[in-house]
Amino acid sequence: MALRTLITRKSLGLGLGVSQSVRGLQTVSLPDLPYDYGALEPAISGEIMKLHHQKHHQTYITNYNKALEQLHEAMEKGDSSTVVKLQSAIKFNGGGHVNHSIFWKNLTPVHEGGGEPPKGSLGWAIDTHFGSMEALVAKINSEGAAVQGSGWVWLGLDKDLKKLVVETTANQDPLVTKGPNLVPLLGIDVWEHAYYLQYKNVRPDYLKNVWKVIDWKYASEVYEKECP
Amino acid sequence: MEKPCQIKSIPLSSFRAAKPEKKQNQHAPAPVRYTYKYREIPLQRDVGLAVREEKEEMGYCCNNSFPASSHVLLTDLSQRWKCPKLQNLRHKGQFHGSQKASKVLAFYGLKAPPYKLDALEPHMSRRTLEMHWGDHHRGYVEGLNKQLEKDDILYGHTLDELVKVTYNNGNPLPEFNNAAQVWNHDFFWESMQPGGGDMPRLGLLEQIEKDFGSFTNFKEKFLEAALTLFGSGWVWLVLKRNERCLAVVKTSNAINPIVWDDIPIISLDVWEHAYYLDYKNDKGKYATVFMNHLVSWNAAAARMARAEAFVNLGEPKIPIA
Repeated sequence: MALRTLITRKSLGLGLGVSQSVRGLQTVSLPDLPYDYGALEPAISGEIMKLHHQKHHQTYITNYNKALEQLHEAMEKGDSSTVVKLQSAIKFNGGGHVNHSIFWKNLTPVHEGGGEPPKGSLGWAIDTHFGSMEALVAKINSEGAAVQGSGWVWLGLDKDLKKLVVETTANQDPLVTKGPNLVPLLGIDVWEHAYYLQYKNVRPDYLKNVWKVIDWKYASEVYEKECP
Repeated sequence: MEKPCQIKSIPLSSFRAAKPEKKQNQHAPAPVRYTYKYREIPLQRDVGLAVREEKEEMGYCCNNSFPASSHVLLTDLSQRWKCPKLQNLRHKGQFHGSQKASKVLAFYGLKAPPYKLDALEPHMSRRTLEMHWGDHHRGYVEGLNKQLEKDDILYGHTLDELVKVTYNNGNPLPEFNNAAQVWNHDFFWESMQPGGGDMPRLGLLEQIEKDFGSFTNFKEKFLEAALTLFGSGWVWLVLKRNERCLAVVKTSNAINPIVWDDIPIISLDVWEHAYYLDYKNDKGKYATVFMNHLVSWNAAAARMARAEAFVNLGEPKIPIA
Protein backbone atom coordinates (compact mmCIF):
# COMPACT_ATOMS: atom_id res chain seq x y z
CA MET A 1 0.00 0.00 0.00
CA ALA A 2 2.74 2.38 0.97
CA LEU A 3 4.70 1.39 -2.12
CA ARG A 4 1.75 2.16 -4.35
CA THR A 5 1.35 5.54 -2.72
CA LEU A 6 5.02 6.18 -3.31
CA ILE A 7 4.69 5.28 -6.97
CA THR A 8 1.59 7.43 -7.35
CA ARG A 9 3.41 10.34 -5.76
CA LYS A 10 6.43 9.88 -7.97
CA SER A 11 4.36 9.74 -11.14
CA LEU A 12 2.94 13.10 -10.19
CA GLY A 13 6.42 14.50 -10.11
CA LEU A 14 6.46 15.49 -13.77
CA GLY A 15 6.49 18.93 -15.23
CA LEU A 16 6.71 21.36 -12.40
CA GLY A 17 7.39 18.70 -9.85
CA VAL A 18 4.16 18.84 -7.90
CA SER A 19 3.78 16.57 -4.92
CA GLN A 20 0.94 16.26 -2.50
CA SER A 21 1.42 16.64 1.18
CA VAL A 22 -0.78 15.21 3.86
CA ARG A 23 -2.93 18.25 4.46
CA GLY A 24 -4.10 18.55 0.86
CA LEU A 25 -1.79 21.48 0.35
CA GLN A 26 0.14 21.16 -2.86
CA THR A 27 3.79 21.88 -2.42
CA VAL A 28 6.37 21.84 -5.15
CA SER A 29 9.72 20.16 -5.48
CA LEU A 30 12.87 20.67 -7.46
CA PRO A 31 12.55 19.27 -10.99
CA ASP A 32 15.49 17.30 -12.33
CA LEU A 33 17.53 18.65 -15.17
CA PRO A 34 17.28 16.57 -18.36
CA TYR A 35 21.05 17.00 -18.86
CA ASP A 36 24.23 17.06 -16.80
CA TYR A 37 25.40 20.19 -15.11
CA GLY A 38 28.45 20.31 -17.33
CA ALA A 39 26.59 19.54 -20.53
CA LEU A 40 26.05 23.16 -21.46
CA GLU A 41 29.75 24.09 -21.45
CA PRO A 42 31.31 26.31 -22.66
CA ALA A 43 28.26 28.54 -22.98
CA ILE A 44 27.28 28.11 -19.34
CA SER A 45 29.76 26.55 -16.95
CA GLY A 46 28.93 23.50 -14.87
CA GLU A 47 29.63 25.41 -11.66
CA ILE A 48 26.99 27.98 -12.50
CA MET A 49 24.46 25.33 -13.49
CA LYS A 50 25.02 23.41 -10.28
CA LEU A 51 24.68 26.46 -8.04
CA HIS A 52 21.79 27.80 -10.05
CA HIS A 53 19.85 24.56 -9.83
CA GLN A 54 20.78 23.20 -6.42
CA LYS A 55 21.01 26.43 -4.49
CA HIS A 56 19.02 29.23 -6.10
CA HIS A 57 16.11 27.26 -7.54
CA GLN A 58 15.94 25.09 -4.42
CA THR A 59 15.82 28.20 -2.21
CA TYR A 60 12.92 29.59 -4.20
CA ILE A 61 11.11 26.26 -3.84
CA THR A 62 11.75 26.03 -0.10
CA ASN A 63 10.59 29.57 0.52
CA TYR A 64 7.61 29.14 -1.80
CA ASN A 65 6.47 26.05 0.09
CA LYS A 66 6.91 27.84 3.37
CA ALA A 67 4.89 30.80 2.14
CA LEU A 68 2.19 28.48 0.82
CA GLU A 69 1.88 26.80 4.19
CA GLN A 70 1.62 30.12 5.93
CA LEU A 71 -0.94 31.24 3.37
CA HIS A 72 -2.97 28.08 3.89
CA GLU A 73 -3.02 28.66 7.64
CA ALA A 74 -3.91 32.30 7.27
CA MET A 75 -6.76 31.49 4.88
CA GLU A 76 -8.15 28.87 7.23
CA LYS A 77 -8.02 31.31 10.10
CA GLY A 78 -9.48 34.06 7.96
CA ASP A 79 -6.49 36.30 8.64
CA SER A 80 -6.81 38.58 5.63
CA SER A 81 -3.96 40.91 6.45
CA THR A 82 -1.52 38.01 6.63
CA VAL A 83 -2.91 36.65 3.37
CA VAL A 84 -2.18 39.97 1.69
CA LYS A 85 1.22 40.29 3.36
CA LEU A 86 2.32 36.95 2.00
CA GLN A 87 1.52 37.89 -1.58
CA SER A 88 4.90 39.44 -2.31
CA ALA A 89 6.76 36.42 -0.96
CA ILE A 90 4.58 34.10 -3.03
CA LYS A 91 5.01 36.21 -6.15
CA PHE A 92 8.76 36.30 -5.72
CA ASN A 93 9.47 32.72 -4.73
CA GLY A 94 6.69 31.19 -6.77
CA GLY A 95 7.72 33.27 -9.73
CA GLY A 96 11.29 32.12 -9.23
CA HIS A 97 10.17 28.51 -9.30
CA VAL A 98 7.96 28.96 -12.37
CA ASN A 99 10.57 30.94 -14.29
CA HIS A 100 13.44 28.61 -13.56
CA SER A 101 11.39 25.54 -14.42
CA ILE A 102 10.80 27.06 -17.85
CA PHE A 103 14.44 28.08 -18.10
CA TRP A 104 15.77 24.53 -17.61
CA LYS A 105 13.54 23.40 -20.44
CA ASN A 106 14.72 26.24 -22.63
CA LEU A 107 18.29 24.96 -22.45
CA THR A 108 19.75 21.87 -24.00
CA PRO A 109 23.26 20.66 -24.83
CA VAL A 110 24.67 21.38 -28.26
CA HIS A 111 24.79 17.72 -29.18
CA GLU A 112 21.06 17.44 -28.54
CA GLY A 113 20.12 20.30 -30.79
CA GLY A 114 21.01 23.29 -28.69
CA GLY A 115 21.20 26.43 -30.75
CA GLU A 116 19.54 24.97 -33.82
CA PRO A 117 17.15 27.53 -35.25
CA PRO A 118 13.47 26.67 -35.24
CA LYS A 119 11.88 25.18 -38.30
CA GLY A 120 8.20 25.09 -38.99
CA SER A 121 5.61 27.56 -37.83
CA LEU A 122 7.70 29.23 -35.14
CA GLY A 123 10.47 29.95 -37.62
CA TRP A 124 7.93 31.51 -39.99
CA ALA A 125 6.39 33.52 -37.19
CA ILE A 126 9.78 34.88 -36.16
CA ASP A 127 10.57 35.92 -39.73
CA THR A 128 7.19 37.57 -40.05
CA HIS A 129 7.28 39.49 -36.81
CA PHE A 130 10.93 40.35 -36.48
CA GLY A 131 12.32 40.06 -39.98
CA SER A 132 14.89 37.42 -39.22
CA MET A 133 16.37 35.29 -36.47
CA GLU A 134 19.31 37.66 -36.19
CA ALA A 135 16.98 40.59 -35.64
CA LEU A 136 15.14 38.70 -32.91
CA VAL A 137 18.36 37.69 -31.20
CA ALA A 138 19.67 41.25 -31.40
CA LYS A 139 16.45 42.59 -29.92
CA ILE A 140 16.42 40.11 -27.07
CA ASN A 141 20.09 40.74 -26.35
CA SER A 142 19.69 44.49 -26.23
CA GLU A 143 16.61 44.32 -24.02
CA GLY A 144 18.29 41.79 -21.76
CA ALA A 145 21.40 43.90 -21.39
CA ALA A 146 19.28 46.94 -20.60
CA VAL A 147 17.45 45.32 -17.68
CA GLN A 148 18.46 47.27 -14.61
CA GLY A 149 19.13 45.13 -11.59
CA SER A 150 17.70 41.63 -11.77
CA GLY A 151 15.12 40.23 -14.13
CA TRP A 152 14.29 38.10 -17.12
CA VAL A 153 13.99 38.66 -20.84
CA TRP A 154 11.28 36.69 -22.65
CA LEU A 155 10.15 35.69 -26.08
CA GLY A 156 6.43 35.40 -25.54
CA LEU A 157 3.34 34.65 -27.53
CA ASP A 158 0.24 36.77 -27.19
CA LYS A 159 -2.43 34.09 -27.28
CA ASP A 160 -5.25 36.37 -28.36
CA LEU A 161 -3.46 38.43 -30.95
CA LYS A 162 -1.35 35.48 -32.11
CA LYS A 163 1.68 37.73 -32.05
CA LEU A 164 5.22 37.16 -30.85
CA VAL A 165 6.53 39.68 -28.34
CA VAL A 166 9.82 40.39 -26.60
CA GLU A 167 9.33 41.47 -23.00
CA THR A 168 11.38 41.95 -19.88
CA THR A 169 10.25 41.41 -16.31
CA ALA A 170 11.86 42.56 -13.11
CA ASN A 171 13.11 40.31 -10.32
CA GLN A 172 11.18 37.03 -10.50
CA ASP A 173 7.97 38.32 -12.01
CA PRO A 174 6.60 35.73 -14.42
CA LEU A 175 5.69 36.81 -17.96
CA VAL A 176 1.99 36.89 -17.19
CA THR A 177 2.55 39.98 -15.06
CA LYS A 178 3.18 41.84 -18.32
CA GLY A 179 -0.07 40.66 -19.86
CA PRO A 180 -2.50 37.89 -18.98
CA ASN A 181 -2.50 36.54 -22.54
CA LEU A 182 1.24 36.11 -22.73
CA VAL A 183 2.65 32.61 -22.94
CA PRO A 184 6.40 32.26 -22.41
CA LEU A 185 8.22 30.48 -25.22
CA LEU A 186 11.77 31.36 -24.20
CA GLY A 187 13.08 33.00 -21.08
CA ILE A 188 16.64 34.04 -20.37
CA ASP A 189 17.69 34.67 -16.78
CA VAL A 190 19.63 37.92 -16.55
CA TRP A 191 20.07 37.87 -12.78
CA GLU A 192 23.74 38.16 -12.03
CA HIS A 193 23.81 34.71 -10.47
CA ALA A 194 23.07 33.27 -13.90
CA TYR A 195 26.37 34.39 -15.39
CA TYR A 196 28.60 36.14 -12.90
CA LEU A 197 31.07 33.38 -12.14
CA GLN A 198 31.83 32.91 -15.80
CA TYR A 199 31.20 36.20 -17.57
CA LYS A 200 31.71 38.50 -14.60
CA ASN A 201 29.93 41.75 -15.27
CA VAL A 202 29.85 41.40 -19.04
CA ARG A 203 26.20 40.52 -19.46
CA PRO A 204 26.22 41.07 -23.25
CA ASP A 205 28.79 38.27 -23.66
CA TYR A 206 26.58 35.89 -21.68
CA LEU A 207 23.58 36.82 -23.82
CA LYS A 208 25.56 36.28 -27.00
CA ASN A 209 26.73 32.84 -25.93
CA VAL A 210 23.58 31.49 -24.37
CA TRP A 211 21.97 31.19 -27.80
CA LYS A 212 24.25 28.25 -28.52
CA VAL A 213 22.38 26.13 -26.00
CA ILE A 214 18.82 27.37 -26.47
CA ASP A 215 16.31 24.60 -27.16
CA TRP A 216 14.15 25.88 -29.98
CA LYS A 217 12.36 22.53 -30.22
CA TYR A 218 10.70 23.14 -26.88
CA ALA A 219 9.75 26.67 -27.86
CA SER A 220 8.27 25.36 -31.11
CA GLU A 221 6.23 22.77 -29.24
CA VAL A 222 4.74 25.40 -26.95
CA TYR A 223 4.05 27.66 -29.91
CA GLU A 224 2.35 24.94 -31.92
CA LYS A 225 0.20 24.01 -28.99
CA GLU A 226 -1.11 27.56 -28.73
CA CYS A 227 -1.23 28.29 -32.46
CA PRO A 228 -2.05 25.05 -34.21
CA MET B 1 54.90 68.63 -5.28
CA GLU B 2 52.54 71.28 -6.55
CA LYS B 3 53.42 73.82 -9.18
CA PRO B 4 53.10 77.43 -8.14
CA CYS B 5 49.74 79.02 -8.78
CA GLN B 6 49.56 81.45 -11.60
CA ILE B 7 46.93 84.00 -10.97
CA LYS B 8 45.37 85.44 -14.02
CA SER B 9 42.62 87.96 -14.13
CA ILE B 10 39.75 86.98 -16.32
CA PRO B 11 38.03 89.51 -18.48
CA LEU B 12 34.30 89.53 -17.89
CA SER B 13 33.74 89.22 -21.63
CA SER B 14 35.11 85.71 -21.69
CA PHE B 15 32.26 84.65 -19.44
CA ARG B 16 29.69 86.54 -21.45
CA ALA B 17 30.98 84.73 -24.48
CA ALA B 18 29.55 81.60 -22.92
CA LYS B 19 26.06 82.74 -23.94
CA PRO B 20 24.88 81.20 -27.21
CA GLU B 21 24.85 82.29 -30.81
CA LYS B 22 27.67 79.90 -31.31
CA LYS B 23 27.80 80.29 -35.08
CA GLN B 24 28.80 83.92 -34.88
CA ASN B 25 31.66 83.32 -32.54
CA GLN B 26 34.00 82.01 -35.13
CA HIS B 27 36.43 84.84 -34.63
CA ALA B 28 36.26 84.78 -30.88
CA PRO B 29 39.52 84.24 -29.03
CA ALA B 30 40.54 80.68 -28.25
CA PRO B 31 38.55 79.46 -25.27
CA VAL B 32 40.33 79.78 -21.98
CA ARG B 33 40.12 76.84 -19.71
CA TYR B 34 40.54 76.85 -15.99
CA THR B 35 41.43 73.76 -14.09
CA TYR B 36 41.89 72.78 -10.51
CA LYS B 37 43.69 69.91 -9.02
CA TYR B 38 41.05 67.50 -7.95
CA ARG B 39 41.12 67.19 -4.20
CA GLU B 40 39.45 64.38 -2.39
CA ILE B 41 38.23 65.03 1.09
CA PRO B 42 37.02 61.99 3.04
CA LEU B 43 33.31 61.74 3.62
CA GLN B 44 32.66 64.68 1.36
CA ARG B 45 29.82 63.83 -0.87
CA ASP B 46 30.05 66.75 -3.22
CA VAL B 47 31.71 66.25 -6.53
CA GLY B 48 31.37 68.88 -9.15
CA LEU B 49 32.24 68.94 -12.76
CA ALA B 50 35.55 67.45 -13.70
CA VAL B 51 37.47 67.49 -16.89
CA ARG B 52 39.99 64.85 -17.78
CA GLU B 53 42.37 66.35 -20.27
CA GLU B 54 43.26 64.56 -23.42
CA LYS B 55 46.69 66.10 -23.61
CA GLU B 56 49.21 66.65 -20.86
CA GLU B 57 48.45 69.59 -18.64
CA MET B 58 51.01 72.39 -18.77
CA GLY B 59 50.50 73.22 -15.18
CA TYR B 60 47.65 73.57 -12.88
CA CYS B 61 46.79 75.43 -9.83
CA CYS B 62 46.13 73.76 -6.57
CA ASN B 63 43.70 75.89 -4.79
CA ASN B 64 44.11 75.32 -1.11
CA SER B 65 41.67 77.88 0.00
CA PHE B 66 38.96 76.44 -2.11
CA PRO B 67 35.88 75.66 -0.05
CA ALA B 68 35.65 71.98 0.75
CA SER B 69 32.16 71.66 -0.54
CA SER B 70 32.94 72.04 -4.19
CA HIS B 71 36.06 70.95 -5.96
CA VAL B 72 35.34 71.76 -9.52
CA LEU B 73 37.13 71.65 -12.80
CA LEU B 74 35.70 73.79 -15.56
CA THR B 75 35.59 73.19 -19.21
CA ASP B 76 35.47 74.81 -22.57
CA LEU B 77 33.53 78.00 -22.13
CA SER B 78 32.51 78.46 -25.68
CA GLN B 79 29.71 76.01 -25.13
CA ARG B 80 26.38 77.12 -23.86
CA TRP B 81 26.71 77.09 -20.11
CA LYS B 82 24.13 77.01 -17.38
CA CYS B 83 26.40 76.49 -14.44
CA PRO B 84 25.51 78.66 -11.46
CA LYS B 85 28.77 77.84 -9.73
CA LEU B 86 30.70 79.61 -12.44
CA GLN B 87 29.71 82.98 -11.07
CA ASN B 88 31.17 82.22 -7.65
CA LEU B 89 34.39 80.83 -8.98
CA ARG B 90 35.11 83.92 -10.95
CA HIS B 91 35.68 85.82 -7.77
CA LYS B 92 38.16 83.41 -6.28
CA GLY B 93 40.82 84.96 -8.41
CA GLN B 94 43.13 82.01 -8.61
CA PHE B 95 42.88 80.66 -12.05
CA HIS B 96 45.53 79.42 -14.32
CA GLY B 97 44.66 79.62 -17.94
CA SER B 98 45.89 77.05 -20.36
CA GLN B 99 45.59 77.88 -23.98
CA LYS B 100 45.20 74.30 -25.19
CA ALA B 101 41.83 73.42 -26.61
CA SER B 102 40.52 70.16 -25.31
CA LYS B 103 37.43 68.05 -25.46
CA VAL B 104 35.24 67.52 -22.45
CA LEU B 105 35.73 63.88 -21.55
CA ALA B 106 34.41 63.44 -18.07
CA PHE B 107 32.12 65.14 -15.66
CA TYR B 108 32.35 62.97 -12.60
CA GLY B 109 35.35 61.05 -11.42
CA LEU B 110 35.79 57.58 -10.05
CA LYS B 111 36.54 57.88 -6.35
CA ALA B 112 38.80 55.20 -4.91
CA PRO B 113 37.91 53.37 -1.72
CA PRO B 114 39.78 54.74 1.31
CA TYR B 115 41.85 51.55 1.61
CA LYS B 116 43.82 49.27 -0.67
CA LEU B 117 41.84 46.76 -2.66
CA ASP B 118 43.22 43.82 -0.67
CA ALA B 119 42.71 45.49 2.70
CA LEU B 120 39.36 43.84 3.33
CA GLU B 121 40.64 40.27 2.98
CA PRO B 122 39.55 37.67 3.90
CA HIS B 123 36.05 39.04 4.33
CA MET B 124 35.86 40.70 0.95
CA SER B 125 38.47 39.46 -1.47
CA ARG B 126 40.72 41.65 -3.58
CA ARG B 127 39.21 40.06 -6.67
CA THR B 128 35.73 41.17 -5.63
CA LEU B 129 36.95 44.70 -5.03
CA GLU B 130 38.83 44.77 -8.31
CA MET B 131 35.70 43.74 -10.15
CA HIS B 132 33.18 45.62 -8.08
CA TRP B 133 35.10 48.89 -7.99
CA GLY B 134 37.18 48.55 -11.12
CA ASP B 135 34.46 47.27 -13.44
CA HIS B 136 31.02 47.91 -12.01
CA HIS B 137 31.61 51.23 -10.25
CA ARG B 138 33.85 52.48 -13.03
CA GLY B 139 31.23 51.37 -15.56
CA TYR B 140 28.59 53.46 -13.83
CA VAL B 141 30.87 56.51 -13.80
CA GLU B 142 31.73 56.16 -17.46
CA GLY B 143 28.12 55.48 -18.37
CA LEU B 144 27.04 58.60 -16.53
CA ASN B 145 29.68 60.70 -18.22
CA LYS B 146 28.62 59.43 -21.60
CA GLN B 147 25.01 60.26 -20.90
CA LEU B 148 25.91 63.75 -19.73
CA GLU B 149 27.83 64.44 -22.90
CA LYS B 150 24.62 64.61 -24.85
CA ASP B 151 23.40 67.95 -23.66
CA ASP B 152 24.15 70.39 -20.90
CA ILE B 153 20.81 70.47 -19.17
CA LEU B 154 22.17 68.54 -16.17
CA TYR B 155 25.45 70.38 -15.85
CA GLY B 156 26.57 72.10 -12.70
CA HIS B 157 25.30 69.76 -10.04
CA THR B 158 27.13 68.10 -7.24
CA LEU B 159 26.61 64.37 -7.24
CA ASP B 160 24.05 64.57 -4.43
CA GLU B 161 22.09 67.17 -6.32
CA LEU B 162 22.31 65.19 -9.54
CA VAL B 163 20.86 62.11 -7.86
CA LYS B 164 17.90 64.08 -6.52
CA VAL B 165 17.32 65.94 -9.77
CA THR B 166 17.42 62.83 -11.93
CA TYR B 167 15.16 60.98 -9.47
CA ASN B 168 12.60 63.51 -10.55
CA ASN B 169 10.28 62.81 -7.63
CA GLY B 170 9.70 59.20 -8.50
CA ASN B 171 9.77 59.40 -12.26
CA PRO B 172 13.47 58.87 -12.81
CA LEU B 173 15.34 60.16 -15.81
CA PRO B 174 17.62 57.75 -17.67
CA GLU B 175 20.67 59.24 -15.95
CA PHE B 176 19.33 58.34 -12.51
CA ASN B 177 20.48 54.75 -12.53
CA ASN B 178 24.08 55.64 -13.24
CA ALA B 179 24.21 58.72 -11.03
CA ALA B 180 22.61 56.96 -8.07
CA GLN B 181 24.80 53.89 -8.43
CA VAL B 182 27.94 56.06 -8.49
CA TRP B 183 26.74 57.75 -5.30
CA ASN B 184 25.75 54.46 -3.71
CA HIS B 185 29.08 52.82 -4.35
CA ASP B 186 31.05 55.84 -3.10
CA PHE B 187 29.01 55.65 0.08
CA PHE B 188 29.41 51.88 0.34
CA TRP B 189 33.21 51.88 0.13
CA GLU B 190 33.31 54.49 2.85
CA SER B 191 30.92 52.45 4.98
CA MET B 192 33.56 49.76 5.32
CA GLN B 193 37.05 49.66 6.72
CA PRO B 194 39.72 47.08 7.33
CA GLY B 195 39.29 45.81 10.85
CA GLY B 196 35.71 46.99 10.95
CA GLY B 197 32.77 45.47 12.73
CA ASP B 198 32.58 45.49 16.49
CA MET B 199 30.16 48.03 17.90
CA PRO B 200 29.53 51.73 17.67
CA ARG B 201 30.23 53.79 20.75
CA LEU B 202 28.99 56.78 22.68
CA GLY B 203 26.30 58.87 21.02
CA LEU B 204 25.64 56.64 18.03
CA LEU B 205 25.27 53.59 20.25
CA GLU B 206 22.88 55.48 22.49
CA GLN B 207 20.79 56.50 19.53
CA ILE B 208 20.70 52.94 18.19
CA GLU B 209 19.66 51.62 21.56
CA LYS B 210 17.01 54.28 21.79
CA ASP B 211 15.54 53.53 18.37
CA PHE B 212 15.97 49.75 18.21
CA GLY B 213 15.99 48.68 21.83
CA SER B 214 19.45 47.18 21.69
CA PHE B 215 22.35 46.86 19.30
CA THR B 216 21.60 43.15 18.88
CA ASN B 217 18.08 43.96 17.84
CA PHE B 218 19.33 46.46 15.28
CA LYS B 219 21.77 43.90 13.91
CA GLU B 220 18.97 41.34 13.56
CA LYS B 221 16.75 43.83 11.77
CA PHE B 222 19.56 44.76 9.40
CA LEU B 223 20.33 41.14 8.55
CA GLU B 224 16.65 40.35 8.14
CA ALA B 225 16.29 43.24 5.71
CA ALA B 226 19.23 41.93 3.70
CA LEU B 227 17.69 38.46 3.50
CA THR B 228 14.18 39.56 2.63
CA LEU B 229 15.10 42.01 -0.07
CA PHE B 230 13.84 40.62 -3.38
CA GLY B 231 16.14 41.13 -6.32
CA SER B 232 18.96 43.66 -6.39
CA GLY B 233 19.20 46.53 -3.97
CA TRP B 234 20.73 48.05 -0.86
CA VAL B 235 20.14 47.91 2.87
CA TRP B 236 20.59 51.16 4.79
CA LEU B 237 20.74 52.45 8.31
CA VAL B 238 19.20 55.89 7.88
CA LEU B 239 18.41 58.82 10.08
CA LYS B 240 14.91 59.80 9.13
CA ARG B 241 14.49 63.51 8.98
CA ASN B 242 10.83 63.79 9.77
CA GLU B 243 10.53 61.03 12.34
CA ARG B 244 13.92 62.04 13.82
CA CYS B 245 14.96 58.49 14.50
CA LEU B 246 17.19 55.82 13.04
CA ALA B 247 15.65 53.11 10.90
CA VAL B 248 16.66 50.17 8.72
CA VAL B 249 15.51 50.67 5.16
CA LYS B 250 15.83 48.50 2.06
CA THR B 251 15.79 49.94 -1.44
CA SER B 252 15.68 48.32 -4.86
CA ASN B 253 18.19 48.61 -7.66
CA ALA B 254 19.69 52.11 -7.51
CA ILE B 255 17.32 53.97 -5.22
CA ASN B 256 18.83 55.49 -2.09
CA PRO B 257 17.42 57.37 0.90
CA ILE B 258 18.69 60.80 -0.11
CA VAL B 259 15.93 61.01 -2.71
CA TRP B 260 13.50 61.12 0.22
CA ASP B 261 15.73 63.58 2.00
CA ASP B 262 16.73 61.10 4.71
CA ILE B 263 20.32 60.84 5.86
CA PRO B 264 22.05 57.48 5.35
CA ILE B 265 24.51 56.33 7.99
CA ILE B 266 25.74 52.99 6.63
CA SER B 267 24.85 50.88 3.64
CA LEU B 268 25.23 47.30 2.43
CA ASP B 269 25.26 46.38 -1.25
CA VAL B 270 23.11 43.29 -1.78
CA TRP B 271 23.31 43.22 -5.53
CA GLU B 272 24.57 39.76 -6.37
CA HIS B 273 27.80 41.08 -7.86
CA ALA B 274 28.80 42.35 -4.43
CA TYR B 275 29.06 38.92 -2.86
CA TYR B 276 28.80 36.25 -5.52
CA LEU B 277 32.50 35.68 -6.06
CA ASP B 278 33.17 35.28 -2.33
CA TYR B 279 29.99 33.76 -0.93
CA LYS B 280 28.18 32.42 -4.01
CA ASN B 281 24.49 32.47 -3.09
CA ASP B 282 24.93 32.75 0.68
CA LYS B 283 23.66 36.29 1.14
CA GLY B 284 23.08 35.75 4.85
CA LYS B 285 26.72 34.88 5.49
CA TYR B 286 27.88 37.90 3.51
CA ALA B 287 25.61 40.23 5.48
CA THR B 288 26.77 38.70 8.78
CA VAL B 289 30.42 39.06 7.84
CA PHE B 290 29.77 42.66 6.83
CA MET B 291 28.23 43.39 10.23
CA ASN B 292 30.93 41.60 12.17
CA HIS B 293 34.08 42.46 10.29
CA LEU B 294 33.63 45.18 7.69
CA VAL B 295 31.24 47.91 8.73
CA SER B 296 32.98 51.14 9.67
CA TRP B 297 31.35 52.58 12.76
CA ASN B 298 33.88 55.41 12.62
CA ALA B 299 32.47 56.55 9.31
CA ALA B 300 28.98 56.05 10.70
CA ALA B 301 29.76 58.21 13.72
CA ALA B 302 31.16 60.97 11.54
CA ARG B 303 28.07 60.90 9.34
CA MET B 304 25.85 60.89 12.40
CA ALA B 305 27.68 63.91 13.79
CA ARG B 306 27.15 65.76 10.54
CA ALA B 307 23.52 64.68 10.41
CA GLU B 308 22.86 66.14 13.83
CA ALA B 309 23.47 69.56 12.33
CA PHE B 310 20.35 69.02 10.23
CA VAL B 311 18.12 66.96 12.47
CA ASN B 312 17.32 67.86 16.02
CA LEU B 313 17.48 64.54 17.82
CA GLY B 314 17.06 65.58 21.38
CA GLU B 315 14.90 67.97 23.26
CA PRO B 316 16.50 71.37 23.49
CA LYS B 317 17.92 72.11 26.89
CA ILE B 318 15.89 75.04 28.02
CA PRO B 319 17.13 76.19 31.39
CA ILE B 320 14.52 76.58 34.06
CA ALA B 321 14.70 80.04 35.58
